[in-house]
Amino acid sequence: MSHDATTTYVLRGVRPLGGERADVLLRDGVIARIEAQLPEADVPEEAVVVDGADLVALPGLVDLHTHLREPGREDTETIESGTRSAAAGGFTAVHAMANTTPVADTAGVVEQVWRIGRDAGWVDVHPVGAVSVGLAGEQLAELGAMAQSAARVRVFSDDGKCVWDPVLMRRALEYVKAFDGVVAQHAQEPRLTEGAQMNEGIVSAELGLAGWPAVAEEAIIARDVLLAEHVGSRLHVCHLSTAGSVEIVRWAKGRGIDVTAEVTPHHLVLTDEEARGYDPTFKVNPPLRTQTDVEAVREGLADGTIDIVATDHAPHAREDKDCEWAAAAFGMTGLETALSVVQATMVDTGRLTWADVARVMSANPARIGRIDTGELAQGRPLAVGEPANLVLVDPAARRVVDGRAQETASANTPFAGRELPGRVVATFLRGRATVLDGAPVRDAAAVGGAR
Amino acid sequence: MKHLLSAADLTRAEAVHVLDTAAEMAATQSREIKKLPTLRGRTVVNLFFEDSTRTRISFETAAKRLSADVINFSAKGSSVSKGESLKDTALTLQAMGADAVVVRHQASGAPHLLAHAGWLDAAVVNAGDGTHQHPTQALLDAFTLRRHLAGDPALGATSGVGADLDGLHVAIVGDVLHSRVARSNVALLTTLGAHVTLVAPPTLVPVGVDTWPCEVSYDLDATLADGKPDAVMMLRVQRERMSSSGGGFFPSPLEYSRAYGLDARRLAILPEHTIVMHPGPMNRGLEISAEAADSPRAVIVEQVANGVAVRMAVLYLLLTGQHDATPVPVTTTTTRTEEAHA
Amino acid sequence: MSHDLRHDGTSTSAVPTTGTVVLGPTEIQRALTRIAHEIVERNKGTGDVVLLGIPTRGVPLAHRLVERLTAIAATDPGSADPIAPAGELDVTMYRDDLRDHPTRTIGRTQLPPGGVDGKVVVLVDDVLYSGRTIRAALDAISDLGRPRAVQLATLVDRGHRELPIRPDFVGKNLPTSHTERVRVRLAELDGEDAVVIQPAATTPTEGHR
Repeated sequence: MSHDATTTYVLRGVRPLGGERADVLLRDGVIARIEAQLPEADVPEEAVVVDGADLVALPGLVDLHTHLREPGREDTETIESGTRSAAAGGFTAVHAMANTTPVADTAGVVEQVWRIGRDAGWVDVHPVGAVSVGLAGEQLAELGAMAQSAARVRVFSDDGKCVWDPVLMRRALEYVKAFDGVVAQHAQEPRLTEGAQMNEGIVSAELGLAGWPAVAEEAIIARDVLLAEHVGSRLHVCHLSTAGSVEIVRWAKGRGIDVTAEVTPHHLVLTDEEARGYDPTFKVNPPLRTQTDVEAVREGLADGTIDIVATDHAPHAREDKDCEWAAAAFGMTGLETALSVVQATMVDTGRLTWADVARVMSANPARIGRIDTGELAQGRPLAVGEPANLVLVDPAARRVVDGRAQETASANTPFAGRELPGRVVATFLRGRATVLDGAPVRDAAAVGGAR
Repeated sequence: MKHLLSAADLTRAEAVHVLDTAAEMAATQSREIKKLPTLRGRTVVNLFFEDSTRTRISFETAAKRLSADVINFSAKGSSVSKGESLKDTALTLQAMGADAVVVRHQASGAPHLLAHAGWLDAAVVNAGDGTHQHPTQALLDAFTLRRHLAGDPALGATSGVGADLDGLHVAIVGDVLHSRVARSNVALLTTLGAHVTLVAPPTLVPVGVDTWPCEVSYDLDATLADGKPDAVMMLRVQRERMSSSGGGFFPSPLEYSRAYGLDARRLAILPEHTIVMHPGPMNRGLEISAEAADSPRAVIVEQVANGVAVRMAVLYLLLTGQHDATPVPVTTTTTRTEEAHA
Repeated sequence: MSHDLRHDGTSTSAVPTTGTVVLGPTEIQRALTRIAHEIVERNKGTGDVVLLGIPTRGVPLAHRLVERLTAIAATDPGSADPIAPAGELDVTMYRDDLRDHPTRTIGRTQLPPGGVDGKVVVLVDDVLYSGRTIRAALDAISDLGRPRAVQLATLVDRGHRELPIRPDFVGKNLPTSHTERVRVRLAELDGEDAVVIQPAATTPTEGHR
């Protein structure tokens, strides 16, 4: 059986957004029909029928925060492996962060990433452009050139580093208005976090690891929302992690400031207690916080203060985690566990519906990244005529995470050995199956010419 | 006991047992022949990623007094300075057949990693990791405290055997934030029943200290006058901490000594029996004046001697016995008769 | 530290002894008295004699022997001299089997005033078996000084020697099999005086003590 863009699929008995069972027909890259029961006569002979009984159908997930590591660190992840990992996690689009080598701070680099992503064919790759040249925080990168390149960059971020200089931040916020861009801020006051290793609090005091105070994040967010208000710009806050940050964003939204915020799956569930074993798998930026913070970000996600879940998928070489905590790299993988963590923390606890999950993991991130319209629109509703970007999830499945068994080239998952609910059974990118029966469809991806 | 990583891992009974063992070790050290055959054929590696001549010599002396072979592996001049990873170093030591690895490392948690990453079968002794723990320092401090305050010092090494530190008040003064000695002592001394007051400027107390089983004071004079501590332990304060690049923790060394240094005037406030301790090396004139350091109450030199006995005890307890065997159930009928050929 | 940290020197028996009592209080008293006389006889007096008990049960036995030697000296000043108090000789750190057992608690070594240099040291132990404890004791003594001679007194010799070691004074020769256990119980530690032979250990781990 070949799977390509010309294949017609009938998804039998799926539950769109977790609702009533329906049959969904995908043809020519779009959702052709959604009916309670598709008459047998209407099923084309050549169609591939997917038994979707009790699978939840969601629009393809969109990650606003992915580190694909290419160019530069292809030993840890390539655009090919990272996007395959994304497809396996139910994503149909990812935003590739700019902190590569070379930095994605020119039209040339972002176009290269965009092209390799397109050729890989697993998901749409939308490069994020650097705010400053070389992420150095001194001089604006050529934001306009990146916006006008083939990659059509709309999200700009120095992620990994904070745009600390308030003047530079102001200029960036203002400048991107010209092409409806957004600055995605990595909120970390650098002086307050010099040498910082983990959340500053009870656990850091005991472990003797240099503390990373919540205020270092909150102070920057507070400054930035006020700057965004002042210049009338759009601000996105990356991986918000503290209760105080949620409060500030809530306050800003109440004032009408055009701010959006994201939380990572790991900040929805893990706390700084994980550091007690000195296992650098749990070393991440921003650091894992306390149970109070976990509760606050869940609450913020539930009430809409936090707009999206984004993975901050950060693959690292084994040697960068197989070492002393202080010597280890920050970051953890997330693409293949994100949906499960959201299900465990938000859906199974009754705080979000599957329709809400579609909102925070597909519609909202696509809208923030301005990829929700046009030829390659993502984050669209599950409706007839919309692009056939879908993911089928078995919410009843349970699996034990094994870092080495994942599609990503790196094994630094904090959930290794833990049982998580939910399993991605199939992913469709504009009508083409990238994942079927829970496994990537390699022949389809290799075609690449699906477009 | 397979490893000694943190003073917080010891129960009161275990800590007393280590101290009692150290007392018997100390008793052997007044003999003409100080060397014991106990650890003959065992290899102890001193793995020092951070310079500390005094701690290394103390462990080396302890191991040699027990007839262990000692290999000193210093980061300076070794492959570590060429960027060898901790993992490769551990695998090398494993291949060499190290029975115990005494590790000093600038990174908090490095000994924990060595003990638990599966690279090494050897017993791991934490000889100071970053700003985390230095358990043998706390044990030697507890040993010194017990000898002077919980027993009859006239008995010498075996003074206080069997006792804990119940009811004693110990003031620990100085840079608590960066001090593994303070963390280790708070854990161990309180486990042994002592009451601890940390005294420091607020900048040098960690956020999160409120959950520690001790009190925190910003006023040394009040603590000395009202708390009447049985022991005052001064911590080393690094001069560079005052500079902006060092964190700017206090305005000047002069202001620090005025507020938190132990000098002759403060010495005079102390009760008659109070002892003065310092883990060394001292910054005379900063955290402790010469009068205090050289006064008869100072037990600083004795701390060094006790360090050898405590480390002998730790090495003995780690390197003898079947650690993979199931723990022996406590039976009350025991005779040494059976030990002789069990 | 998951191991048993009990000080086995202070443990007392709460478990009723099973097995065959081979020596009762009277026999033990008599054996010690005889040993005391043999010590006097062998050394032609007790002027240079120093008794060192090997913990745990060698220590009270050594004290009892010193009492008897003192009594002999009092009643027959011609045959014995005042004797120094008994010392204790802990051999734990000299054992050759430290890796094969749970970690042993180190006991106390205390020499009588005057030490052991030039003296006749009589080692006192409860049961002589493989001889390895005595081997360790000889090493321990040599680190403490240079006695003129070392002799060995034991309450029970149960045979099965693994080293060329022979007692000078024996309370009772007790042929046993390897699987049997010999327990010496002393009033000072166990509340009663008895030597008991028990069949094979009831639990395998018990033997490790």
